[in-house]
Order: sequence, then C-alpha cells, then structure tokens
Amino acid sequence: MAYFLFRRTLGFVLTLLAVSVVVFAVMNILPGDPALTILGLDATEDALAALREQFGLNDPLLSRYFSWVGNALTGDFGTSHSFRVPVSELIAERLPMTISLAVAGMIFTVILALIMGIGAAANHRKAGDWGVMFLSQLGIAVPAFWLSMLLVLLFAVKLRWLPPGGFPGWSDPVAAMRALILPTVALGLVQSSVLARVTRSSALEVMRQDFVRTARATGFSRQRVLWRHVLPNALVPIVTIVGMQFAALVTGTIVIENVFYLPGLGRLIFQSIANRDLPTVQALVMLFAAIVVTANFIVDLLYVVIDPRLKARA
Amino acid sequence: MKRLPVNLLIGAALVMLVIGAAALSLIWTPHDYTDMNIRGKFGPPSETHWLGTDQLGRDVVSQLMAAARNSMAVALAAVLIGGSIGTALGLLASAIGGWVEDLVMRIADIGFAFPALLFAIMLAAVFGPSLTNAILAISFINIPVFARVARASANQIWTREYVTAAQAAGLTRAAISRDHILPNIAAPIIVQATIEFAVAILAEAALSYLGLGAQPPAPSWGRMLSEAQTLMYLAPQLAIYPGLCIVTAVLGFGLLGDGLRDVTDPRLVRER
Repeated sequence: MAYFLFRRTLGFVLTLLAVSVVVFAVMNILPGDPALTILGLDATEDALAALREQFGLNDPLLSRYFSWVGNALTGDFGTSHSFRVPVSELIAERLPMTISLAVAGMIFTVILALIMGIGAAANHRKAGDWGVMFLSQLGIAVPAFWLSMLLVLLFAVKLRWLPPGGFPGWSDPVAAMRALILPTVALGLVQSSVLARVTRSSALEVMRQDFVRTARATGFSRQRVLWRHVLPNALVPIVTIVGMQFAALVTGTIVIENVFYLPGLGRLIFQSIANRDLPTVQALVMLFAAIVVTANFIVDLLYVVIDPRLKARA
Repeated sequence: MKRLPVNLLIGAALVMLVIGAAALSLIWTPHDYTDMNIRGKFGPPSETHWLGTDQLGRDVVSQLMAAARNSMAVALAAVLIGGSIGTALGLLASAIGGWVEDLVMRIADIGFAFPALLFAIMLAAVFGPSLTNAILAISFINIPVFARVARASANQIWTREYVTAAQAAGLTRAAISRDHILPNIAAPIIVQATIEFAVAILAEAALSYLGLGAQPPAPSWGRMLSEAQTLMYLAPQLAIYPGLCIVTAVLGFGLLGDGLRDVTDPRLVRER
C-alpha cells in the first residue's frame, strides 16, 4: 500500500512538473516581445528596457522557469500586466465563482446520471431504457454553449423565470442561486449524459450476478436491491468517469462563464487574452491543467478505497 | 449477410447529409454567403431565403452550408494531423518497447492534461486567435488519443505468430510495423478517427464561438452562434439553426463511429 501511494504520488508530481514545462515553453519560447505588446509600438527604447527589467525578461529562460515554478509554489504567480495587481489576487477574487459553478455542476451531473442510469438499467429493454439511451445520445452531441443559449431563450427570454446571465454576488443568496441555475444545468446536462450511460452499463453488468438474484430471492425489494446492492458494486467505472468529468466540468466552466457573463476564472482568461496579459494566462492555464491532473490522481487513489481488491494488483 | 446496426445506418445518413451540404457549397449555395443586404435584415423564411436572413441580411442557408465546409475541413485536418502523429508514436512505442514505450505513454498522459480549449487559449494568447491555431490545438489533443489506441492494438498484433515468423525471416521492426502491424490495426484506428471527428467538430464550434477559431467573415457554426447570442431578443431563430447543424454533424459521426466499432469488433457488442 505504501509503495503504491509512493509510486502514484511520484507520478503525480512528475506529471505536474512536465505540465508546467509545457505551459512555460509554449508561453515563453515562442517569438514576441511582451514589453512591446504592453507599451505599444511608440514606446521608447528606455521604457521597453525598464519594463523588461521589471518583469525579469532579460534573465535566461531556464532561470525564469525555475523562478516561475518556485514562486508559484509559494502562491506568487507574478504581476498581471493589464490589471497591475498580483495574479494571485485576481485568482483569489474569482476562484469562488468557478468552484461554486463546478461543484454545483458536479452534484447535478451525478444525481441526474445515477437516477437515469439506474432507472434505465432497472427497466432494461423497456421504454424508459430506450428513452434514457436516446436522450443521452442526443445530450452527448449538444455543445454546452448552445444548450446554454437554448436555456436562456426559453427560461430568460420567453418565460422570464430566470436571469439570462450575470452574477449578483453572494450577499443575496437567493438571487445568486437563481443566477447559477441555468449555468449549472448547461454545464451538467452534457456530462450527465455520458455518466448515465456508464452507470447503466455498469449496473447491468452487476445485475447479472448471482448475489443480486439471491438478494431478490431473500425478499429485499427491487428498489433496495438496486440502490444498496447493485449501485455500490457498480461504482468503480462510475467513479473513474466522475473523476474525468470533474476535470471536464472545471474546464467547461471556462465556456459557461463566458456564455453567462459570470465573473470567474474563465472570464478572466478571456479578458487576459484580449489584453495580451501573458503572466495571467500562463498562471490560469497552469491552474486549470493542475486541476485536471489532480482530479485524475484522486481518482487513482479512490479506486483503492472503493475496491480493495485493486490494492493487490496496484 | 448480417444486418447492419441501426446506429451505423443513421450515423451514415447524417454524415452523408452534412458532407453532402459541405461538398455542394463548393460549387453552389442559394446565395453568396457574404452578400449583405441591410434592408433585408432579419428576413423571415421565404422562397428566396429558405431560412431567412441574418442581422446583415445574409442568407442563412448559404452561411450554414459554407460553415459545414469549414467544419469538415477543420475536423479532417485535425484528425489527420493528430491521428497520423499519434498512430506513428503508438507504433513506435509498441515496436521498441521498454523505456521508450514507457516514455511515449507518459508523454501521452501529459497530453491528456490539456483539453483542446486550454491549448487553444495558450496559442491565442501568444499568437492571437486564428483558425490555424484552433486546428493545431485540436490536432494536439488527438495525438495522445491515437497513440494509446495504436499502441494497445499494436501490442496485441506483435504477439501473433505471423509477426514472429516475419521476425524470424529477418524483417526489421520498422518493416514489420509498416507491413504487418499497421494494416491490422487499421480498423480500431478508423473507428477512433470517426469518433474523434465528432469531437473535433464540437471543439471547432466551441473555439469559434469563443472567438478563438474562425475569424469573421469566415463561416462557422460556432461563430454564427456567438453573433446570434447578442441578438437573442430580436431574432431567436438565428440561435437555433447553427446549433441544429452542429448536433446533426456530431451525432452523425458519433453514431457512425459506434456502429463501425460494433461491426469491426464483435467482442464489444454487449447487450444494448
């Protein structure tokens, strides 16, 4: 077990390091003078030189990489070129928005997918099953940003039940929740289509096994057998997909925040691209990639918790 | 002759519809998709404009057809580039084995940490947004996908007797990879390519919607949607058609890929 943990943790750290090398390389080795970008073409040579000095652009690439990683580990992501404040401050301001959206999307995804997936498996080869399979096939093909627009058209433009976008802040919790409903549904519906299919096929596999028949024969109700016996044994593939989906949801927030004008990290990335604010883009891309890698790492660890049999093989 | 699976037939029909529209747009569209007519803006569907006109009076059907061409071209380029590099890496990893295989697969794992969107964001921040960067980003995320599929399939073929025979006959690993492994892993690669085609169409649409892909006036379903979004109170219909096109194309290639897999790999046909 300890060896397994050590190996996985080492792999996780190495992957993160490699990711940071890729991000740094793409953002820095490619041509272009950030100082010129910020100050514009009529900047004097002195001003350019001063700015390059200020941002440490004259240092060798390797030492810039190490200072970037070293500082990032202590929470210092440098200074935003366009906002002129530490990038870490920008991130801290906007992180809660993105996290709330991602977590809400995840909860919505899991609940909907388990109900649809288990429901479909319980009604195997009946109308309910076909319905779930059809809807999920469709759900996978629908782009989240278009689904968002359709939701806005129906619930904001036509019915006027919910706001079309923007975020009022958490000081008014009811308004904040209302503002999050459409983004959450848009973010989660596509992912729950995938997860419902995995849940269904995993549950069907378990339902064929003898202990399920035994449980039914012992007199447990169908519902009890489904949720207490089938679901726990069907969890391993479900958790794998959930982990991968959390990563997809977090990057999905980038799109959704831009559709609904939510002030999170996704909006910040696009503002930073428009402003050619490279340190901020670099920090945010690294942050999102790190979340993806971390989610996969946690899934790896969770396997062992859910299915102790995997310990032996690990 | 065994009956073909339903998903394959529906998928093939949808794919032909989209490719047909894209191909037709090369020689004919009802109108020039760039022709503006401010007086005829937001026109309703009519005999001359089947789905009406947009905020600049451009014909919607013509734009949708031209956008289909753009979408197919981007997906084809991305899958070809990413697919051939990825397959080559997978073949290499499988042929050499040992630490080279480990290294290639670890690099592929790192590639999985970058969704196309993040990669496109980096490229856009450094070079400015463009369709080329979007294609590069989508190609890039395809590399690890194909590397994994190619390696896993190739590893199975390497254990076959005819490969051992070829080795005994003195063929080099490169020659065996080319003449024996590649033809025998073509089926799973083609299936994967079909599925990745659907993924690429979605990715292009999303990137163009976000302004990181096709730039005006290049036609793109994603870009049409981002323009329609600001006009949703005025002309909600403009937000519908491009989305339907995306869904048709993605659904078509997705179903076709699933169907092809069912046909080529009978082991995977489970109860559905």
